[in-house]
Amino acid sequence: MTLKEVEKKRIVIIKKVNAEGAFKRRLLDMGFIPGTKIYIEKYAPMGDPMEIKLKGYSLSLRHSEADLIEVE
Amino acid sequence: MEICTVALAGNPNSGKTTLFNALTGSRHSVGNWPGVTVEKKHGKVKANKSIEVVDLPGTYSLTAYSMEERIARNYIVEDEVDVVVNIIDATNLERNLFLTLQLIELGKPVILALNMMDEVEKNGEKIKIKKLSEELGIPVVGISALTGDGVQNLLDLVLKTYDEKDEYNLKVLTYSEKIESRINELAQEIGKLNLENNRYPNRWLALKLIEGDSEINEKIKIKIDDDKGLIEEKLVEEKYKKIGIIVKDTLETKRKFNEFTSSDRIDKILTNKLYGLPIFGLTMYMVFWLTFNIGGIFMDLLDGFIANTAQPGVESFLMSMNTASWLQSLIIDGIIGGVGGVLMFLPNIVFLFLAISLLEDTGYMARVAFILDKAMKKIGLSGKAFIPMIMGFGCNVPAIIATRTLENEKDRMIAILINPFMSCGARLPVYVLLSTAFFPGNEALVTFSLYILGFIIAIIMAFIFKKTLFAGEVTPFIMELPPYRMPSFKNIALKLWIRVKDYIVKAGSVIFVASVVVWFILGYNFSGAVGINESFGASLGKAIAPIFSPLGFGNWQATLSLLAGLLAKEVVISNMAIIYGLGESVADAALEGSATGFLPTLNLAFTQVSAYAFMVFILLYTPCVAVIGTIKRETKSWKWTGFSVMYQLVVAWVVAFIIYRIGMMIF
Repeated sequence: MTLKEVEKKRIVIIKKVNAEGAFKRRLLDMGFIPGTKIYIEKYAPMGDPMEIKLKGYSLSLRHSEADLIEVE
Repeated sequence: MEICTVALAGNPNSGKTTLFNALTGSRHSVGNWPGVTVEKKHGKVKANKSIEVVDLPGTYSLTAYSMEERIARNYIVEDEVDVVVNIIDATNLERNLFLTLQLIELGKPVILALNMMDEVEKNGEKIKIKKLSEELGIPVVGISALTGDGVQNLLDLVLKTYDEKDEYNLKVLTYSEKIESRINELAQEIGKLNLENNRYPNRWLALKLIEGDSEINEKIKIKIDDDKGLIEEKLVEEKYKKIGIIVKDTLETKRKFNEFTSSDRIDKILTNKLYGLPIFGLTMYMVFWLTFNIGGIFMDLLDGFIANTAQPGVESFLMSMNTASWLQSLIIDGIIGGVGGVLMFLPNIVFLFLAISLLEDTGYMARVAFILDKAMKKIGLSGKAFIPMIMGFGCNVPAIIATRTLENEKDRMIAILINPFMSCGARLPVYVLLSTAFFPGNEALVTFSLYILGFIIAIIMAFIFKKTLFAGEVTPFIMELPPYRMPSFKNIALKLWIRVKDYIVKAGSVIFVASVVVWFILGYNFSGAVGINESFGASLGKAIAPIFSPLGFGNWQATLSLLAGLLAKEVVISNMAIIYGLGESVADAALEGSATGFLPTLNLAFTQVSAYAFMVFILLYTPCVAVIGTIKRETKSWKWTGFSVMYQLVVAWVVAFIIYRIGMMIF
């Protein structure tokens, strides 16, 4: 399952980050590493992007980016 | 005296600029959204002139990703920085410490400043500072940059660290065996290369190579055989694992990681599925309501003061001094007419910037990017591109600089090119004045329609650019949402003061000179003093005016005003005030009790439709010289600067033409 498919108000754990290059680097720097807990806070009024919490802060990312993050 | 250079580094929105201001007594703009500072700034410490502080743009990591991050990274790495002060948001220890570990690896002395300690306490949390310092192996001090608590301690630490910098031992973070052996291998290979001008530790270069840093890889052409970036991932993972342990040891908290904070409660409403968009609409409406209705009350007072007190006062003084009539005309018509006509809009500008500052400082700007991202994605940009657009309502110069937060160069070019269509505060007086003259009773509606039009044109142009000149893939969107914060009175007052000062300085310099020049070219030609219709100005205007005939305002007065408006958009108003003011006697203008007493004469020169077309043209045409200069600086290209000037001229002409023609058919 990817992060995109998770319903809101759920907690999941990162399994794998499928991004590449500079963007993967950015995700890693921001704390997207396997084993990290993510809480799906909400979706924006138009359905995209989503707001998540990890490592004690809030972050927003699009479905297209969330789709690169495998979770369980 | 030896100068100790201190670099302030930290994550975006951790309070670097607030600390910089506290240390140096300077007055730089701060805000509550990631990316307020996009240029590095220098300053001397107020209490100790031998310390030079450099405020860097925020970065999450030392592997450069966006332009501002590159600036920060290269500065710390390449320049003569003696001490790095890593300022972190203590309410978000875990993510912030990632950069700290990277800074420590860089090999320069690092001091950790835990900012927002007051908020940590308020959250019922406690950080064991001594323990943190032991585990990281660097000095740690708790501060509140906003109140100034602990800043003196920080300075003492900086000096102490500087004095001992020769004895500074490079702190080494050790990784698992597998990574360590890879690092050592690479470091040895790099050592053999005998690089020229190498200021970096070999171990650090090896780490960067593993991390896949393209800039470093260009310098050191060693190919890394990292299958699918596994070692890279492992490296980050181990860093975060270390951080996890440190945080566990040093942070006492009862908060669960997904527990609601007061910020989340506010967000429940502001970014709500149902209310989010209407609240955004209402917020923007409030921005304009504050500017026009509240600002307008003060504007009327100021206008009345200029027309009823200042102007007659100066006039009777000049009369009593038996001043030559040409000088009287210069002062009354030229200077008071021109500068006063612009200065009276100061209250509107103050309220406009107050509103925008509030949006910036509370943290709402980032939410705007969040709720509008999907719409922005449709035109190929990210929600982040919306922040400079809103700032453009204030002034396009800082707004264009703010586009640096966009990671993708192509997106950034689009954001720069469309920004001048966002109607800035300088254009506001033009609309207010003209709509008062031609659309009495409907001023607000007319003005608002222009703002909307500018926005629509910006969106259309962005869409066209994305499909043609700057085609490319959609850039990933990932943005931190900072917690809401109560704006500090000090910060807001500071920002307003900067704006007010700029406006007054502009009125006293550019607009003053322009007013004198315009007064001169309108009163003279080669044969000396003449009537306005034979003047230099009239001839110049008449030469260009035919271009504007199809748009309905092909008179020389309007043409000359547009030309003068390139200096600063307010000059359009001061120019018209002088042109139409010169036509009537000074006494008449004063009798009407308003610095805008020339309005009746305006009615002869325009119809409602041509006046609207004129305003549309002013909205869209070539930006003022300050903006053109900024575009040059930011794009580093004369080609694109020239393009920006020309295409806006064409867009303005075409749109004003269409509106004028359609208007003629209807009315």
